[in-house]
Amino acid sequence: MHEYSIIQALMQRVEAEARAHGASTVGRIRIALGELSGVDPELLASAYEVFRERSICAGAGMEIRAVPAVWECSSCRRPLARGERLRCPDCQSPARLASGDEIVLEQIEMEVADV
Amino acid sequence: MCDTCGCGDSEMVPIEIQERILSGNERTARHNREHFEAAGVFAVNLMGSPGSGKTAVLEATAGARRWLRIGAMSGDLATDNDAERLRKAGIPAASITTGSACHLDAELVHKALHELEDWRSLDLLVIENVGNLVCPAVYDLGQAENAVALSVTEGVDKPLKYPVMFRKADLVLITKTDLLPYLPGVSLEALMENLERVMPDPRVIPLSALTGEGMNLWLDWLEERYRAREVLAPAAHRHHGHESVHA
Repeated sequence: MHEYSIIQALMQRVEAEARAHGASTVGRIRIALGELSGVDPELLASAYEVFRERSICAGAGMEIRAVPAVWECSSCRRPLARGERLRCPDCQSPARLASGDEIVLEQIEMEVADV
Repeated sequence: MCDTCGCGDSEMVPIEIQERILSGNERTARHNREHFEAAGVFAVNLMGSPGSGKTAVLEATAGARRWLRIGAMSGDLATDNDAERLRKAGIPAASITTGSACHLDAELVHKALHELEDWRSLDLLVIENVGNLVCPAVYDLGQAENAVALSVTEGVDKPLKYPVMFRKADLVLITKTDLLPYLPGVSLEALMENLERVMPDPRVIPLSALTGEGMNLWLDWLEERYRAREVLAPAAHRHHGHESVHA
């Protein structure tokens, strides 16, 4: 289960960002997770629950934005239906993944001193 | 904010990051890739289920003696068995014992390079990943190519169950084809059809490390990809110790 190592990388990133902004608390984080990212959202959420205790994210919820896999033709851009062969029915070019492999930290809500 | 003097009550502020969470691993992978390219070493990340025949394919690759210098590093949860098998087959091999980790990452590969003596003189470095069709697919190691071993005994629906792994594959080796006569429910056609639903342009080589059938196609593929990289990065090869990959 690689979700733990992903959460560790995420925590390091959040902590570095909080330090850079002089934030004492993180309120919420949002990540984007592609359907073909190879990361299971439920396992990721439970790994987060384990790791956030005693971290700067102790009080922060994690929102996971699920990104569906979208395949399209690499030359004519025609979108392909789910479960189809990954080749364009019109021009026979191989498909390419337009979106759906994201493992991205999108946003952190943090408490910063209002100066 | 404090009404009296405007001093800093704090407030929650959304900060946009938009950064890949594994960017640290990706940085190390780029570093490994630069090492490999500068030394003219062709690195292949070989993945697949436990027991899919990864080590057997490498033993047979060494036995074929078409590649001058092959080296390997083997990821394993607890044992040194695979690296030991490879060393017996004449392949210098470092062992990466991952403990509980189910995959190799770029940092583990980088450390293992320090344990693999004289790796810069290799033509081909095979990174034998931990047997697993899920986690290894997520981590770039700095390899030039990803190959996935899928044995016929695993059944025809593995590509549909593990689409992420197969999407990342530059090549799929369908292994243990000598067992096909005993598996009435498994055909290469059905496997191919499922691969086409998860890979846009699948390159597939059926082979048997036991009988040697198909091994030439795998060796040809290695050589073709090795040479393609040589053309792309000829400068890298000037540092290399010898001229040809032919024995």
